[in-house]
Amino acid sequence: MQNYEKEILNAHELDNMLTRLTFQILEKCTDFDNTKIIGIKRRGAILADRIKEKIKQFKNIDIEIGYLDITLYRDDLTEISEFPILRGTEINFDVKNKNIILVDDVIFTGRTVRAALDAIIDYGRPKKIILAVLIDRGHRELPIQPDFKGKYVPTSIDERINVKLKEIDEIDSVSISKMIK
Amino acid sequence: MSFTKTDLIGLKDLSKEEILFILETAEKFKEINQRDVKKVPTLKGKTIVNLFFEPSTRTRTSFEIAGKRLSADTINFSSSSSSTTKGETLIDTVRNIESMNADIFVVRHAFSGSVKFIAENTKANVVNAGDGTNEHPTQALLDLLTIKEHKKTFEGLNVAIIGDIEHSRVARSNLWGMPKLGITVRLFGPKTMLTEHFNEFNCKVCSSIEEAVDDVDVIMMLRIQRERQSNLLLPSLREYSKFFGLNKILLSLAKKDAIIMHPGPINRGVELPSILADSKQSVILDQVENGVAVRMAVLYLLSLNKKGE
Repeated sequence: MQNYEKEILNAHELDNMLTRLTFQILEKCTDFDNTKIIGIKRRGAILADRIKEKIKQFKNIDIEIGYLDITLYRDDLTEISEFPILRGTEINFDVKNKNIILVDDVIFTGRTVRAALDAIIDYGRPKKIILAVLIDRGHRELPIQPDFKGKYVPTSIDERINVKLKEIDEIDSVSISKMIK
Repeated sequence: MSFTKTDLIGLKDLSKEEILFILETAEKFKEINQRDVKKVPTLKGKTIVNLFFEPSTRTRTSFEIAGKRLSADTINFSSSSSSTTKGETLIDTVRNIESMNADIFVVRHAFSGSVKFIAENTKANVVNAGDGTNEHPTQALLDLLTIKEHKKTFEGLNVAIIGDIEHSRVARSNLWGMPKLGITVRLFGPKTMLTEHFNEFNCKVCSSIEEAVDDVDVIMMLRIQRERQSNLLLPSLREYSKFFGLNKILLSLAKKDAIIMHPGPINRGVELPSILADSKQSVILDQVENGVAVRMAVLYLLSLNKKGE
């Protein structure tokens, strides 16, 4: 068995992509008093932090941020092989009537985003939710599409997208891998 | 860390890592209880049956709230209105309810060991909600969570458990659990309620209440369980209160930031005067609040593990 892995974004490209995503968000959102960012744990939360910093840098606006753990909202809790560890949700603001920028690293089947939408709506009824993801790898099982995506990467179902972020993985990189038997 | 237990019978069966894992999970569940919509869909479609063969209000309510906040269907069964009064055996009662596709049984029973017996005879996950004088694991876990919140650590803490140790399943669960986490437990109570077999536990049996509370971090007062003992063990409540109750002078012997705990319900004026039960050092209501989070964590973790898989 051999592991095939190819880098598709290096640290510099990843940062550029986040900058572009941030500008797209800034163009779409005008009412920043009513806008909040929510990142899906774990890597979506880190990307959300970085987008927040870029908005602060470009617009001098400090947007409130929250972090969402969707484990308890998963529809496949009893089927997954690994033991789901709760990381906890930290949303310390009222989502009611707010524009929410929801951030994740990869969109795949769409089930994580569905769970995140359910979780956010349990906190209150937002005015609007905008979805921004770094990588869209296709294979949607639900009719959910991101408003903004950094890169569309067509994949086969047995390939993996590995997003590595220096906060937890020591490097910034995105790669595609496949186990070759 | 993975949690592979299918039943929670007692802290005797849990490792230090498993206890800490349940507490960490419970901490995450606390956030749900602060929300406007105190509900997550995690156990949607699961059926939890509260099988209470002994009266209880707070534990049953706490489990019921925990189950409902996880979106499970929770059904309450009390022995007084059931077929057990018509002579049906315990296992027949359990198997009948199991046939209605119950997923989790939360069981309280007056006989020690009965919950383990049920767990061995059902495919459903079983949680011990108190069996005789044996164990009451979720109460001990909520005690530990409350201690963790107030003291930040377990290692090196001194805890005094005072009162009717003999009849207290809460004390017994804590006696199994606390030493595993590095807590030193001191026991004190009337000789009639503190038999020699406690020397076998990893704890210190004190000869005076002053010795028990001296420089401790936590004082856990137990309730006089009049329903589980004869009058012969206790001359009078007044005398008990005088010699085994906590008061301000005794509290001053403990650490300045010592916390007062009680599993409830309090016999006010017997083991604890109101002035201490309602004081800033009292964390009794924190214990009740933490009870829901701990029970949510236990129901969640057990539900992920099916028996025979």
